[in-house]
Amino acid sequence: MYTEKVMDHFRNPRNVGEIPDADGVGTVGNPVCGDMMTIFIKVKENRIVDIKFKTFGCGAAVATSSMITELAKEKPLDEAMKITRNDVADSLGGLPPIKMHCSNLAADALHEAIKDFEKKMRGNKK
Amino acid sequence: MKKIYMDHTAGMPVDSRVIDAMKPYFNTTYGNPSSLHSFAQEARKGLDNAREKIAELIGAEKREEIFFTSGATESNNWAIRGLAARAKDKGKHIITTSIEHMSVINVCKHMIKKGFKVSFLPVDKYGVVDLEALKQELTNDTILVSIMYANGEIGTIEPIKEISEIVHTRNACLHVDATAAIGMVKLDVQKKGIDLLTVSSNDMYGPKGIGALYIKKGTPLEPLIFGGGQERGFRSGTENLPGIAGMGKAAELMKNELEEEKNKLIRLRDKFIKVLLETIPYSFLNGHPSKRLPNNVAVRFSFIEGESMLLNLEMAGVSASSGSACTAKTLEPSHVLRAIGLKHEEAHGSLLFTLGKQNSENDVDYVLGLMPDIVKRLRAMSPLTPKELKGSVH
Repeated sequence: MYTEKVMDHFRNPRNVGEIPDADGVGTVGNPVCGDMMTIFIKVKENRIVDIKFKTFGCGAAVATSSMITELAKEKPLDEAMKITRNDVADSLGGLPPIKMHCSNLAADALHEAIKDFEKKMRGNKK
Repeated sequence: MKKIYMDHTAGMPVDSRVIDAMKPYFNTTYGNPSSLHSFAQEARKGLDNAREKIAELIGAEKREEIFFTSGATESNNWAIRGLAARAKDKGKHIITTSIEHMSVINVCKHMIKKGFKVSFLPVDKYGVVDLEALKQELTNDTILVSIMYANGEIGTIEPIKEISEIVHTRNACLHVDATAAIGMVKLDVQKKGIDLLTVSSNDMYGPKGIGALYIKKGTPLEPLIFGGGQERGFRSGTENLPGIAGMGKAAELMKNELEEEKNKLIRLRDKFIKVLLETIPYSFLNGHPSKRLPNNVAVRFSFIEGESMLLNLEMAGVSASSGSACTAKTLEPSHVLRAIGLKHEEAHGSLLFTLGKQNSENDVDYVLGLMPDIVKRLRAMSPLTPKELKGSVH
């Protein structure tokens, strides 16, 4: 059902965990739907220097979370903002159709984390 | 890697003695039982013999009360639609439960479109049908009550005798879907007061694609499939003799071996459940603790999701099942797990192991050895896990 790439990321998820002093945190989904993920980012000079995730969900949810951390790491924020759900799925060699909607939330979580960082920055400037 | 199969509710291996019993009907005894020649006579003997064995297994009075179908789904369709078609002048009310198989639930939904009223009875937190609700719903307009013997997803066995007594205080018929129970519990249609019984072949180590409907003598039922008048006009279509012979053999073996098999399974099941719940915090049993199918280990774990547990088990060579949305064709968690009152997130954390003949205590021990690490690993990854449970991810 899953590609070898998905299984690889499921078996050995990259960047699992939390960043206690994260600059931005984004959470999407909810346990009722069966998928929920949180992305933590550390930002230096508008660049993501560290990223970690926590995920409750199926194999696709775990693999997309892991993949987004690889795609976003070291990227400038504006580029990271442009990573789409489809980019994540493509990088994993595709996802089963039913998973495209329900479990492919990692890009949204990353975007939320960046927005959270930007909001905090604006708060600090005031 | 060793492969361990623990998904017997979804599909069972065919017993090799059953395969042997089927073989002659492919290219030796291949006559059409409706013909007159000797090839046909032999085929007819096989047909009667299989019918007899199934009648014996379920305690039917006569073998003529057994009708072969293409499987449990057809039997369930036929029982409900066939009876409704005959009894519609008497009443237009059907009662069933909220935990039936989709081949009952979706037929009932279809009957609503056809102008029937259908009541879906609630169950308690163990999945036992609410008998008071049954009493309240039953009216003179009720023509049929359809309730499963046992639920394969949570293992709960229903109080069929009590249900039958209540149903027969009125003029309604009782249909029982025995698919999950047939290979696991001793059935007796006469003692239990059952009018229509769905029997599956694959669920007792017989081949797939064959099943039967027990129709108690005198129960009004319109055919679902018309044609050449096989099965005394009630189910047309040339008989699937290899399947029928296989199902007959499976029934014969089941009758002789059920008791021993059952005791072995209960021992494995009880150890499985006990150790799992003891070794893993925040783990719970789904379904009834004692009124339970001998092979059913339905459990749930908080803070994690079923499919990711299944994938981890599969990586270690173990095939099991889950009631989780993500493994199904729909996104909704199982209707059965919702009916016993589980929240969505609880239902998502469910796992189902269903044991069978070839499972040994070693198999159970192997899975018991795997599960704590799998749960720990996924909980370490989950944002829902409470602080005190968090361990390191490896």
